[in-house]
Amino acid sequence: MRSWRTSSMGRQPNKALAVLAVLTPMLALLSLCLGPVALAPGEVLGALLGRETGTAGQIVLYARLPRACGCLLAGASLAVSGAVIQGVLDNPLAAPNIIGVNAGAGLAVAICCSVAPTAAAMVPFAAFLGALAGVLLVLFIAQRTGAARITLVLAGVAVSSMCSACIDAVVTFVPEALNGYSDFRVGGLGSLSMDRIVPAFWLALPALALLVALAGELDVLLLGQETARSLGLRVQPLRLLLLALAAALAGAAVSFAGLLGFVGLIVPHIMRRLTVSGSLPLLLSSALGGAALLTACDLLGRLLFAPYELPVGVVLALTGGPFFIWLLLRQRGGRTG
Amino acid sequence: MIELQNLSAGYPGREVLHGVTLTFHPGRVLALVGPNGCGKSTLLRAAAGLLSVSGGQILLDSAPLETYTPKEIARRVAFLPQSRPVPSITASRMVLHGRFPHLGYPRRCRAKDHRAAEQALAQVGGTDLSHRMVPELSGGQRQKVYLAMALAQDTATILMDEPTTYLDVGCQLEVMTLARRLAGQGRAVILVLHDLCLAMQAVDEIALLAEGRLVSLGEPEELFAAGILDRVFGVALGRVNTPDGWRYYYQ
Repeated sequence: MRSWRTSSMGRQPNKALAVLAVLTPMLALLSLCLGPVALAPGEVLGALLGRETGTAGQIVLYARLPRACGCLLAGASLAVSGAVIQGVLDNPLAAPNIIGVNAGAGLAVAICCSVAPTAAAMVPFAAFLGALAGVLLVLFIAQRTGAARITLVLAGVAVSSMCSACIDAVVTFVPEALNGYSDFRVGGLGSLSMDRIVPAFWLALPALALLVALAGELDVLLLGQETARSLGLRVQPLRLLLLALAAALAGAAVSFAGLLGFVGLIVPHIMRRLTVSGSLPLLLSSALGGAALLTACDLLGRLLFAPYELPVGVVLALTGGPFFIWLLLRQRGGRTG
Repeated sequence: MIELQNLSAGYPGREVLHGVTLTFHPGRVLALVGPNGCGKSTLLRAAAGLLSVSGGQILLDSAPLETYTPKEIARRVAFLPQSRPVPSITASRMVLHGRFPHLGYPRRCRAKDHRAAEQALAQVGGTDLSHRMVPELSGGQRQKVYLAMALAQDTATILMDEPTTYLDVGCQLEVMTLARRLAGQGRAVILVLHDLCLAMQAVDEIALLAEGRLVSLGEPEELFAAGILDRVFGVALGRVNTPDGWRYYYQ
């Protein structure tokens, strides 16, 4: 007979987390090894430790490492952002790319790059503000119109469309604002440098740490607003704080990876099935799962049609689109709460 | 102990309760009854500190309710709301959430919290549900889990908004038995009930509300004798004497 404490942990969250904790670094290592020039793990390790200074070292340090780090950071950030947004809004269809968070961040990135093209360190913070404005606008519209689940999604679609149109307008007037614009629109990690990742990392890391620290509060919030308040939780400030942290994560990802879709939608759903009971396992597994998924998709995009390269956003859309349709059908069948 | 003194409360732009004075006594089960929309749920929410008060005041252990933090209120008053979401977690974890007001940062449950939650689930007869996922439970089983969560809060006052709605007769009686047991432990138990007959036979005191006002307060037999329930609800309530006491029915 299982004890009370064991049972409270639900379906083997540790096993799923352990698998992801092994899988994610393995995929990252593969990402460093594979490409037009295949490198042995020893060469990669040598390059990382500064012992390999030849061509292999250049490839690892200046091409593949930024890309692998970008995949890990963007995947983890977007997946955790999605998990938090879905929980706070009590809406399984919500995700950063669906409710206007990514588009708001994208617009802020476009404006920032056109106004201050040399201020790379400012981009993640501009993206954060754009993401926050996006989510607050959608929340406001949804609350004014009844806050039904579908209303929230529709409001997000409207806000996303407006932001996309504004991004187009910015790029029309200042074409050099977003270099590699097509990659930015679908989400791409080609020609990424560590200079662009580091500021985003410093935005995402504290947001992620704070979310992990607030996992207990998020658990209680998921019981519904009234129950949460009756348990002593200050619901409104907490909701705003959680959404701001989710916006910071999404903004950090968008600032260097562009408008990546679906990671924030798919990964939390999968992780809810693999791990259960509790926001902390969900956040941690979403971070690892998002990082693994994006790294795998990027790897596929680079290898499937080599020497041609598909942007990671295209591979994600091809896998995430069908998943989203399945989710909608499942919603319609009334089997998702 | 909670005392409502000339309480007026409601929602933005709509006052629902007007000048209600009522005390929730320890060791007693009080039923709030009245026609739909009369303010029963509003009264419970206000007493739990979930609604702002537009007039009068609420005293919790002789001090104004607004002087307490939400957590301090939650350590004294448990509230079982009418709408109960069904999160995808195990029953045992759900019950553990009842310990939230007692947890310091970083919200890690201690051995005594696990013990309290285990005892709460046992008290509602739901020990066998602890491993089950809440969405997989029946309505009655979910109700037990919610009740256990409220019990795990370990409060002197327990407010339950329609705890018997959608439950079969057996489960309804179990809830009422539990309410009596909790009152026997010295707690004040306040229930919003729609089933007049159930309320009449199972509670110590009935507060009858109509149009946001307290129309009558007393023991079930007093209200029955005054015929006020018949007038407010527009029904004819009858009763028969049985070896277990009075049993009420609609004529």
